[in-house]
Amino acid sequence: MAEIPALIRVFAYLSFLTIGGGMAAFPEMKVQIVQVHHWLTSEQLVHVYSTGQMSPGPNMMMVAEVGQLVAGPLGALACAIAFFLPTGVLTFGVGRLWNKLVNWPWRASIQKGLAPVAIGLALGGLIIFGKGAITNWVTIALALLTFLAVNRTKINPVFFILGAAVVGGFALR
Amino acid sequence: MNKKASVGEIFLTFLTIGAISFGGGVVAYLRNSLVKQKKWFDDVEFLEITSISNTLPGLNATNVAILAGDRLAGWLGATAALVGMCIPAFVFMTAAGMVYSEQHVRPIANAALRGVAAAATGLLAATWFQIGKKSLRGVYDAIFVVAAILGITYFKIGVLYTLLIVGALAIFAYRPRRSPPKPAEEEEEWLKSLH
Repeated sequence: MAEIPALIRVFAYLSFLTIGGGMAAFPEMKVQIVQVHHWLTSEQLVHVYSTGQMSPGPNMMMVAEVGQLVAGPLGALACAIAFFLPTGVLTFGVGRLWNKLVNWPWRASIQKGLAPVAIGLALGGLIIFGKGAITNWVTIALALLTFLAVNRTKINPVFFILGAAVVGGFALR
Repeated sequence: MNKKASVGEIFLTFLTIGAISFGGGVVAYLRNSLVKQKKWFDDVEFLEITSISNTLPGLNATNVAILAGDRLAGWLGATAALVGMCIPAFVFMTAAGMVYSEQHVRPIANAALRGVAAAATGLLAATWFQIGKKSLRGVYDAIFVVAAILGITYFKIGVLYTLLIVGALAIFAYRPRRSPPKPAEEEEEWLKSLH
Protein backbone atom coordinates (compact mmCIF):
# COMPACT_ATOMS: atom_id res chain seq x y z
CA MET A 1 0.00 0.00 0.00
CA ALA A 2 2.82 2.37 0.87
CA GLU A 3 4.16 1.94 -2.67
CA ILE A 4 0.99 3.13 -4.43
CA PRO A 5 1.93 6.83 -4.78
CA ALA A 6 5.30 5.81 -6.27
CA LEU A 7 3.57 3.34 -8.62
CA ILE A 8 1.25 6.10 -9.82
CA ARG A 9 4.14 8.51 -10.42
CA VAL A 10 6.24 5.97 -12.31
CA PHE A 11 3.45 4.67 -14.55
CA ALA A 12 2.03 8.11 -15.34
CA TYR A 13 5.56 9.13 -16.42
CA LEU A 14 6.11 5.95 -18.43
CA SER A 15 2.81 6.37 -20.27
CA PHE A 16 4.07 9.51 -21.99
CA LEU A 17 7.04 7.60 -23.45
CA THR A 18 4.84 5.09 -25.32
CA ILE A 19 5.13 6.79 -28.71
CA GLY A 20 4.00 4.27 -31.30
CA GLY A 21 3.49 1.51 -28.72
CA GLY A 22 4.44 0.15 -25.34
CA MET A 23 7.81 -1.29 -26.41
CA ALA A 24 9.27 2.22 -26.68
CA ALA A 25 8.89 2.65 -22.92
CA PHE A 26 10.38 -0.74 -21.97
CA PRO A 27 13.99 0.40 -21.32
CA GLU A 28 12.82 3.18 -19.00
CA MET A 29 10.31 0.81 -17.38
CA LYS A 30 13.19 -1.55 -16.62
CA VAL A 31 15.24 1.28 -15.09
CA GLN A 32 12.35 2.43 -12.88
CA ILE A 33 10.95 -0.97 -11.83
CA VAL A 34 14.17 -2.97 -11.46
CA GLN A 35 16.93 -0.47 -10.66
CA VAL A 36 15.25 2.52 -8.99
CA HIS A 37 12.39 0.94 -7.04
CA HIS A 38 13.40 -2.76 -6.85
CA TRP A 39 9.76 -3.81 -7.33
CA LEU A 40 10.65 -6.76 -9.59
CA THR A 41 13.79 -8.51 -10.78
CA SER A 42 14.81 -8.10 -14.39
CA GLU A 43 13.61 -11.63 -15.19
CA GLN A 44 10.25 -11.07 -13.47
CA LEU A 45 9.69 -7.90 -15.50
CA VAL A 46 10.40 -9.77 -18.75
CA HIS A 47 7.93 -12.45 -17.63
CA VAL A 48 5.20 -9.95 -16.74
CA TYR A 49 5.71 -8.05 -20.00
CA SER A 50 5.47 -11.34 -21.89
CA THR A 51 2.27 -12.27 -20.09
CA GLY A 52 0.84 -9.03 -21.49
CA GLN A 53 1.40 -10.42 -24.99
CA MET A 54 -1.09 -13.20 -24.15
CA SER A 55 -3.78 -10.81 -22.95
CA PRO A 56 -6.63 -9.63 -25.16
CA GLY A 57 -7.00 -5.86 -25.52
CA PRO A 58 -4.13 -3.47 -24.84
CA ASN A 59 -1.01 -5.56 -24.13
CA MET A 60 0.39 -2.84 -21.91
CA MET A 61 -2.24 -3.67 -19.30
CA MET A 62 0.73 -5.65 -17.96
CA VAL A 63 1.17 -2.55 -15.79
CA ALA A 64 -1.80 -3.86 -13.76
CA GLU A 65 0.09 -7.08 -13.06
CA VAL A 66 3.06 -5.05 -11.81
CA GLY A 67 0.65 -3.17 -9.52
CA GLN A 68 -0.93 -6.43 -8.34
CA LEU A 69 2.48 -7.93 -7.52
CA VAL A 70 3.68 -4.83 -5.68
CA ALA A 71 0.54 -3.70 -3.83
CA GLY A 72 -2.40 -6.03 -4.51
CA PRO A 73 -5.65 -5.29 -6.40
CA LEU A 74 -5.62 -1.61 -5.38
CA GLY A 75 -2.11 -1.34 -6.78
CA ALA A 76 -3.31 -2.94 -10.03
CA LEU A 77 -6.10 -0.39 -10.33
CA ALA A 78 -3.78 2.50 -9.48
CA CYS A 79 -1.25 1.45 -12.12
CA ALA A 80 -3.90 0.96 -14.81
CA ILE A 81 -5.45 4.39 -14.17
CA ALA A 82 -2.06 6.11 -13.91
CA PHE A 83 -0.94 4.53 -17.17
CA PHE A 84 -4.08 4.95 -19.30
CA LEU A 85 -5.81 8.10 -18.02
CA PRO A 86 -3.24 10.91 -18.57
CA THR A 87 -2.37 9.95 -22.14
CA GLY A 88 -6.08 9.27 -22.72
CA VAL A 89 -6.96 12.84 -21.77
CA LEU A 90 -4.13 14.11 -24.00
CA THR A 91 -5.35 12.02 -26.95
CA PHE A 92 -8.90 13.27 -26.43
CA GLY A 93 -7.77 16.92 -26.40
CA VAL A 94 -5.31 16.67 -29.29
CA GLY A 95 -7.82 14.58 -31.28
CA ARG A 96 -10.31 17.44 -31.15
CA LEU A 97 -7.63 20.02 -31.89
CA TRP A 98 -6.13 17.91 -34.69
CA ASN A 99 -9.20 18.31 -36.89
CA LYS A 100 -8.80 22.06 -36.64
CA LEU A 101 -5.15 21.77 -37.61
CA VAL A 102 -5.76 20.37 -41.09
CA ASN A 103 -3.88 23.27 -42.69
CA TRP A 104 -1.18 23.64 -40.04
CA PRO A 105 2.02 22.80 -41.97
CA TRP A 106 3.84 21.31 -38.96
CA ARG A 107 1.15 18.68 -38.55
CA ALA A 108 2.56 16.62 -41.42
CA SER A 109 6.11 17.27 -40.17
CA ILE A 110 5.29 15.85 -36.75
CA GLN A 111 3.61 12.78 -38.23
CA LYS A 112 6.40 12.09 -40.71
CA GLY A 113 9.18 12.83 -38.23
CA LEU A 114 7.88 10.77 -35.33
CA ALA A 115 7.14 7.65 -37.42
CA PRO A 116 10.79 6.52 -37.81
CA VAL A 117 11.65 7.64 -34.27
CA ALA A 118 8.82 5.50 -32.88
CA ILE A 119 10.09 2.49 -34.82
CA GLY A 120 13.67 3.10 -33.62
CA LEU A 121 12.55 3.43 -30.00
CA ALA A 122 10.55 0.20 -30.27
CA LEU A 123 13.49 -1.67 -31.80
CA GLY A 124 15.81 -0.29 -29.11
CA GLY A 125 13.31 -1.48 -26.50
CA LEU A 126 13.08 -4.84 -28.18
CA ILE A 127 16.88 -5.28 -28.08
CA ILE A 128 16.88 -4.58 -24.31
CA PHE A 129 13.90 -6.93 -23.88
CA GLY A 130 15.48 -9.63 -26.04
CA LYS A 131 18.67 -9.59 -23.96
CA GLY A 132 16.53 -10.65 -20.99
CA ALA A 133 14.41 -13.14 -22.92
CA ILE A 134 16.98 -14.86 -25.15
CA THR A 135 19.23 -16.83 -22.82
CA ASN A 136 20.02 -20.16 -24.51
CA TRP A 137 19.52 -22.23 -27.68
CA VAL A 138 15.92 -23.18 -26.86
CA THR A 139 14.90 -19.53 -26.51
CA ILE A 140 16.76 -18.60 -29.73
CA ALA A 141 14.88 -21.33 -31.57
CA LEU A 142 11.49 -20.30 -30.12
CA ALA A 143 12.05 -16.64 -31.03
CA LEU A 144 13.17 -17.43 -34.58
CA LEU A 145 10.34 -19.90 -35.19
CA THR A 146 7.75 -17.41 -33.91
CA PHE A 147 9.25 -14.60 -36.03
CA LEU A 148 9.06 -16.75 -39.17
CA ALA A 149 5.62 -18.17 -38.37
CA VAL A 150 4.12 -14.72 -37.75
CA ASN A 151 5.64 -13.33 -40.94
CA ARG A 152 4.78 -16.29 -43.16
CA THR A 153 1.36 -17.44 -41.91
CA LYS A 154 -1.94 -15.85 -40.95
CA ILE A 155 -2.37 -18.00 -37.85
CA ASN A 156 -3.19 -15.98 -34.71
CA PRO A 157 0.16 -15.43 -32.89
CA VAL A 158 -1.43 -16.29 -29.53
CA PHE A 159 -1.23 -19.97 -30.54
CA PHE A 160 2.54 -19.74 -31.09
CA ILE A 161 2.90 -18.07 -27.71
CA LEU A 162 0.85 -20.77 -25.98
CA GLY A 163 2.91 -23.42 -27.78
CA ALA A 164 6.10 -21.73 -26.56
CA ALA A 165 4.71 -21.79 -23.00
CA VAL A 166 4.29 -25.57 -23.24
CA VAL A 167 7.78 -26.03 -24.72
CA GLY A 168 9.19 -23.75 -22.02
CA GLY A 169 7.39 -25.66 -19.28
CA PHE A 170 9.26 -28.81 -20.31
CA ALA A 171 12.56 -27.52 -21.69
CA LEU A 172 13.34 -24.37 -19.68
CA ARG A 173 13.05 -25.54 -16.06
CA MET B 1 -19.39 15.87 -34.58
CA ASN B 2 -21.62 13.13 -35.92
CA LYS B 3 -23.49 11.27 -33.20
CA LYS B 4 -24.20 7.86 -34.56
CA ALA B 5 -24.28 5.41 -31.66
CA SER B 6 -25.53 5.19 -28.08
CA VAL B 7 -23.02 5.18 -25.23
CA GLY B 8 -24.23 1.71 -24.16
CA GLU B 9 -23.68 0.29 -27.63
CA ILE B 10 -20.21 1.85 -27.80
CA PHE B 11 -19.30 0.36 -24.41
CA LEU B 12 -20.47 -3.13 -25.39
CA THR B 13 -18.71 -2.98 -28.76
CA PHE B 14 -15.36 -2.03 -27.23
CA LEU B 15 -15.82 -4.45 -24.32
CA THR B 16 -16.23 -7.23 -26.90
CA ILE B 17 -13.15 -6.15 -28.87
CA GLY B 18 -11.22 -5.85 -25.59
CA ALA B 19 -12.19 -9.42 -24.69
CA ILE B 20 -11.56 -11.23 -28.00
CA SER B 21 -8.52 -9.44 -29.44
CA PHE B 22 -5.95 -12.10 -28.53
CA GLY B 23 -2.60 -12.16 -30.27
CA GLY B 24 -1.91 -8.44 -30.55
CA GLY B 25 -2.89 -6.35 -33.54
CA VAL B 26 -5.89 -4.86 -31.78
CA VAL B 27 -6.16 -2.25 -34.55
CA ALA B 28 -7.10 -4.99 -37.04
CA TYR B 29 -9.87 -6.16 -34.70
CA LEU B 30 -11.02 -2.54 -34.33
CA ARG B 31 -11.19 -2.03 -38.08
CA ASN B 32 -13.14 -5.25 -38.53
CA SER B 33 -15.70 -4.23 -35.94
CA LEU B 34 -16.00 -0.45 -36.45
CA VAL B 35 -15.65 -0.29 -40.24
CA LYS B 36 -16.86 -3.64 -41.54
CA GLN B 37 -19.52 -4.76 -39.05
CA LYS B 38 -20.89 -1.60 -37.42
CA LYS B 39 -20.15 0.69 -40.39
CA TRP B 40 -19.59 3.57 -37.97
CA PHE B 41 -16.59 4.78 -40.02
CA ASP B 42 -15.32 4.37 -43.56
CA ASP B 43 -11.72 3.35 -44.24
CA VAL B 44 -10.58 6.94 -44.83
CA GLU B 45 -11.90 8.11 -41.44
CA PHE B 46 -10.46 5.04 -39.74
CA LEU B 47 -7.02 5.61 -41.31
CA GLU B 48 -7.12 9.20 -40.10
CA ILE B 49 -7.93 8.04 -36.56
CA THR B 50 -5.11 5.48 -36.55
CA SER B 51 -2.57 7.96 -37.92
CA ILE B 52 -3.35 10.42 -35.11
CA SER B 53 -3.08 7.51 -32.64
CA ASN B 54 0.36 6.58 -33.95
CA THR B 55 1.72 10.08 -33.42
CA LEU B 56 0.49 10.55 -29.85
CA PRO B 57 1.78 8.92 -26.69
CA GLY B 58 -0.44 6.13 -25.42
CA LEU B 59 -1.25 2.81 -27.02
CA ASN B 60 -2.81 2.53 -30.43
CA ALA B 61 -5.63 0.35 -29.11
CA THR B 62 -6.74 2.81 -26.45
CA ASN B 63 -6.03 5.93 -28.53
CA VAL B 64 -8.21 4.62 -31.36
CA ALA B 65 -10.92 3.76 -28.80
CA ILE B 66 -10.87 7.32 -27.43
CA LEU B 67 -10.88 9.06 -30.82
CA ALA B 68 -13.57 6.76 -32.26
CA GLY B 69 -15.73 7.04 -29.13
CA ASP B 70 -15.45 10.83 -29.20
CA ARG B 71 -16.54 11.02 -32.83
CA LEU B 72 -19.52 8.75 -32.13
CA ALA B 73 -20.84 10.25 -28.89
CA GLY B 74 -18.54 12.94 -27.48
CA TRP B 75 -16.58 12.59 -24.24
CA LEU B 76 -19.02 10.04 -22.82
CA GLY B 77 -18.49 7.89 -25.88
CA ALA B 78 -14.72 8.24 -25.54
CA THR B 79 -14.89 7.22 -21.87
CA ALA B 80 -17.18 4.25 -22.59
CA ALA B 81 -14.88 3.05 -25.37
CA LEU B 82 -11.71 3.39 -23.26
CA VAL B 83 -13.17 1.67 -20.19
CA GLY B 84 -14.78 -1.09 -22.26
CA MET B 85 -11.52 -1.73 -24.09
CA CYS B 86 -9.54 -1.92 -20.83
CA ILE B 87 -11.75 -4.02 -18.51
CA PRO B 88 -11.06 -7.52 -19.95
CA ALA B 89 -7.27 -6.99 -20.09
CA PHE B 90 -7.34 -5.54 -16.56
CA VAL B 91 -9.11 -8.64 -15.21
CA PHE B 92 -6.79 -10.93 -17.17
CA MET B 93 -3.57 -9.25 -16.01
CA THR B 94 -4.64 -8.82 -12.37
CA ALA B 95 -5.58 -12.51 -12.26
CA ALA B 96 -2.22 -13.37 -13.86
CA GLY B 97 -0.52 -11.40 -11.07
CA MET B 98 -2.45 -13.33 -8.41
CA VAL B 99 -1.42 -16.66 -9.93
CA TYR B 100 2.20 -15.55 -10.43
CA SER B 101 2.58 -14.62 -6.76
CA GLU B 102 1.51 -18.10 -5.58
CA GLN B 103 4.82 -19.64 -4.48
CA HIS B 104 4.00 -23.23 -5.47
CA VAL B 105 3.31 -22.34 -9.11
CA ARG B 106 6.50 -20.27 -9.42
CA PRO B 107 8.88 -22.96 -10.81
CA ILE B 108 6.55 -24.19 -13.54
CA ALA B 109 5.25 -20.66 -14.27
CA ASN B 110 8.81 -19.37 -14.64
CA ALA B 111 9.72 -22.17 -17.04
CA ALA B 112 6.60 -21.58 -19.16
CA LEU B 113 7.15 -17.81 -19.11
CA ARG B 114 10.73 -18.22 -20.33
CA GLY B 115 9.19 -19.87 -23.41
CA VAL B 116 6.56 -17.14 -23.66
CA ALA B 117 9.20 -14.39 -23.41
CA ALA B 118 11.22 -15.97 -26.23
CA ALA B 119 8.14 -16.26 -28.46
CA ALA B 120 7.09 -12.71 -27.52
CA THR B 121 10.50 -11.48 -28.72
CA GLY B 122 9.88 -13.18 -32.07
CA LEU B 123 6.33 -11.86 -32.27
CA LEU B 124 7.34 -8.28 -31.44
CA ALA B 125 10.24 -8.44 -33.91
CA ALA B 126 7.83 -9.63 -36.62
CA THR B 127 5.31 -6.90 -35.77
CA TRP B 128 7.90 -4.12 -35.94
CA PHE B 129 9.49 -5.62 -39.04
CA GLN B 130 6.12 -5.39 -40.79
CA ILE B 131 5.41 -1.85 -39.54
CA GLY B 132 8.88 -0.77 -40.65
CA LYS B 133 8.50 -2.32 -44.09
CA LYS B 134 5.20 -0.52 -44.58
CA SER B 135 6.01 2.94 -43.25
CA LEU B 136 9.74 3.60 -43.70
CA ARG B 137 10.92 5.33 -46.85
CA GLY B 138 14.14 7.10 -47.75
CA VAL B 139 17.50 7.82 -46.15
CA TYR B 140 16.17 10.25 -43.49
CA ASP B 141 13.86 7.59 -42.06
CA ALA B 142 16.70 5.05 -41.90
CA ILE B 143 18.97 7.57 -40.13
CA PHE B 144 16.35 8.37 -37.46
CA VAL B 145 15.55 4.70 -36.84
CA VAL B 146 19.26 3.96 -36.30
CA ALA B 147 19.76 7.12 -34.20
CA ALA B 148 16.89 6.15 -31.88
CA ILE B 149 18.18 2.58 -31.52
CA LEU B 150 21.69 3.84 -30.71
CA GLY B 151 20.34 6.39 -28.22
CA ILE B 152 18.73 3.54 -26.28
CA THR B 153 21.24 0.71 -26.61
CA TYR B 154 24.67 2.30 -27.23
CA PHE B 155 24.69 5.83 -25.83
CA LYS B 156 22.19 4.82 -23.11
CA ILE B 157 20.78 8.32 -22.75
CA GLY B 158 17.36 6.90 -21.88
CA VAL B 159 14.01 6.87 -23.63
CA LEU B 160 13.02 10.42 -22.69
CA TYR B 161 16.18 12.13 -24.02
CA THR B 162 16.32 9.91 -27.10
CA LEU B 163 12.72 10.82 -27.87
CA LEU B 164 13.28 14.54 -27.28
CA ILE B 165 16.57 14.81 -29.21
CA VAL B 166 15.97 12.45 -32.15
CA GLY B 167 12.28 13.41 -32.29
CA ALA B 168 13.11 17.13 -32.55
CA LEU B 169 15.76 16.48 -35.24
CA ALA B 170 13.35 14.30 -37.23
CA ILE B 171 10.51 16.82 -37.07
CA PHE B 172 12.99 19.53 -38.12
CA ALA B 173 14.21 17.39 -41.02
CA TYR B 174 10.62 17.06 -42.20
CA ARG B 175 9.87 20.74 -41.49
CA PRO B 176 7.38 22.49 -43.76
CA ARG B 177 8.98 23.67 -47.02
CA ARG B 178 7.91 26.73 -48.92
CA SER B 179 6.36 24.60 -51.63
CA PRO B 180 5.43 21.36 -49.98
CA PRO B 181 4.81 18.48 -52.38
CA LYS B 182 1.12 17.70 -52.44
CA PRO B 183 0.14 14.30 -51.03
CA ALA B 184 -1.28 13.30 -54.42
CA GLU B 185 2.07 13.94 -56.11
CA GLU B 186 3.89 11.95 -53.46
CA GLU B 187 1.53 9.04 -53.97
CA GLU B 188 2.15 9.16 -57.72
CA GLU B 189 5.91 9.23 -57.22
CA TRP B 190 5.64 6.29 -54.86
CA LEU B 191 3.53 4.34 -57.35
CA LYS B 192 6.08 5.07 -60.09
CA SER B 193 8.88 3.87 -57.82
CA LEU B 194 7.20 0.49 -57.59
CA HIS B 195 7.57 -0.18 -61.32
